[in-house]
Amino acid sequence: MGGVGRYIVQRVLLTIPMVFILLTVVFLLLRVMPGDPVSAMLGGRNVSVEVLNEYRARYGFDQPLYRQYAEYLGDVLRGDFGKSYRTGKPVIQELLLRFPATIELGVFGILVAAIFGFSTGLIAATRADRPIDHGVRVFHITSFAMPLFWLGLMLQVLFAVKLGWLPVASRLGGRMAFTFKPITGFYVLDAIFRWDGKALADVARHLVLPAITLGVALTGLQGRITRASMLEVLDMDYITTARAKGIRERIVILHHALRNALIPIITVFGLQFAVLMGGAVLTETVFSWPGIASYLVRSIDARDYYSIQGTVVFIALFISAINLIVDVLYSTIDPRVRY
Amino acid sequence: MPDTPELQVNERRSLLIAVVDWIVRKASGGRTALRGQWTLKVGFYVVLAFLVMTLLGNLIPGLSGYHPTLYRDAPRLEGPTAAHWMGTDQLQRDVFSRILSGGRASLIVAFAAVALSMTIGSLIGWISGFTGGWLDRILSLTMDAIYSFPSMILAIVLVAMFGSGISPMIWAVGFVYIPTYFRVTRAEVLQVRETSYIEAVRSIGASNTRIILRHVAPNTVNAIMAVSSFNLADAILTVAALSFLGYGLPPPAADWGFDIQNGQKFLQSGAWWLITFPGLMIISLSLGFGLIGEGISDLLNPKRRRKKV
Repeated sequence: MGGVGRYIVQRVLLTIPMVFILLTVVFLLLRVMPGDPVSAMLGGRNVSVEVLNEYRARYGFDQPLYRQYAEYLGDVLRGDFGKSYRTGKPVIQELLLRFPATIELGVFGILVAAIFGFSTGLIAATRADRPIDHGVRVFHITSFAMPLFWLGLMLQVLFAVKLGWLPVASRLGGRMAFTFKPITGFYVLDAIFRWDGKALADVARHLVLPAITLGVALTGLQGRITRASMLEVLDMDYITTARAKGIRERIVILHHALRNALIPIITVFGLQFAVLMGGAVLTETVFSWPGIASYLVRSIDARDYYSIQGTVVFIALFISAINLIVDVLYSTIDPRVRY
Repeated sequence: MPDTPELQVNERRSLLIAVVDWIVRKASGGRTALRGQWTLKVGFYVVLAFLVMTLLGNLIPGLSGYHPTLYRDAPRLEGPTAAHWMGTDQLQRDVFSRILSGGRASLIVAFAAVALSMTIGSLIGWISGFTGGWLDRILSLTMDAIYSFPSMILAIVLVAMFGSGISPMIWAVGFVYIPTYFRVTRAEVLQVRETSYIEAVRSIGASNTRIILRHVAPNTVNAIMAVSSFNLADAILTVAALSFLGYGLPPPAADWGFDIQNGQKFLQSGAWWLITFPGLMIISLSLGFGLIGEGISDLLNPKRRRKKV
């Protein structure tokens, strides 16, 4: 097995304690918290001690902590996240149903961030210290300071309510919501598979505002890293050499500098998934997007304990997987990284 | 040794910066000093303006001529006019008067939470970095695990469990940022620990506690300062988001995040002013803290400063 192969195995083995700790933290946080999950589940209603104890026994909360912990770990390993208190369906089933919506939103959000962040960062770096550079930097810092939900609402007011160009919320509009039959749950793909132009247009129109909202949150970080990374590379001796040889500036920047500047840019890209999931909570809430993040908020409002725990564990596993993939990709992108 | 900031002679400094500079120099044992930076200055004045505004807004509720919660005689849902600069809401209250006092929860929670996580995070970071071994490994893994989890989601889940209000928000937001300080201080400690002057101090016979408190900790103040201002900027957004989702102050208290949620209900009827103005407040305040962070990091890292990264 080559160096990369061994590294992948090593990295997978390192992920295991990480996931284990994350699961333990989730378990402890939800158990050690003030406020008993059972009375929370019952919504603070005034019930007798007998009823309370019966519920405790049914959900296993009468067991000692270590027994609960062992059972919880076993269940998670078997992919059993418990049953939703509201719907009675297995939590994992509900999550898998909504997961494609979140991923679709995330992918397009990242795309927006990539396009905006990358281009503005590049422009700023190549025109360092000129007015346009200052303008771009202010834009980047402001995008950090922007509350996501506010941006989403402002876009809704402007483009959906005042101008009426785009729909206000949800993934599909009007009749389409009932007639469209998804296959994978990724509506863009589904519309293409079904070869349905009208559906694709509708799906796309619904995606624009949420994707921009989520994307802008990541644009600042992406843009700053692009700018910093490019400036660092442009300072190198080989760039001076290239320029001295008389190569056109455009070629120097695109061929000589950009390639080497890409490594940190791509790394940050992968690490943004955590920020992305956080942003998804607000974006999905504002746009009534039926993903796992808005499911979490509704579970919290309903005090649906197993759904909350299941969603948190699910997100934790997802983030760990993404981090693993990014690390492995990193080792293949940068030939200097040898393990 | 930490980077020493370039000295700029003949720079006129405002009193405010001078005071903060004194505090920073005391805290870091004279290792760090702030010099004029426009980002730092603008940031300080923005934050100061918000502090004064919120303080006055809460001490004198009728500051703008209208009480934020009790005044109920304005026209219902009307856009900005001469009488009501930022319009009125569905309960016939003046939006501007609610803006003035609506930053209370954000400011209290942000400052308290950052202080909480700074204390706990750096303490664990110092200990972990200084002792090393299995304790360091376990703490690092745990902190990395929490750090990798989306902070916004963690904060929401924690607040949901703690219950809504100011002190649950402080605990939740404070918990979320602990790993940030842990990582920063631990990294600094690892660097400082290897320097020869620590070895020298140790050879004289200084105890571990003394080395940490007198020699290692002051060297980490730089990094903590920069991180905490960015953290405050982020905390303002997190608190706004929590209030927006309904985990903040109970109504009718004025709160930017909650007022935006309220405005969302009237979005379809085009009441843009209910959303726009509280949002601009949140952005400006968060931007103010962000600029302070920019200024401090520029000062602490001369290389970064030259390149204006």
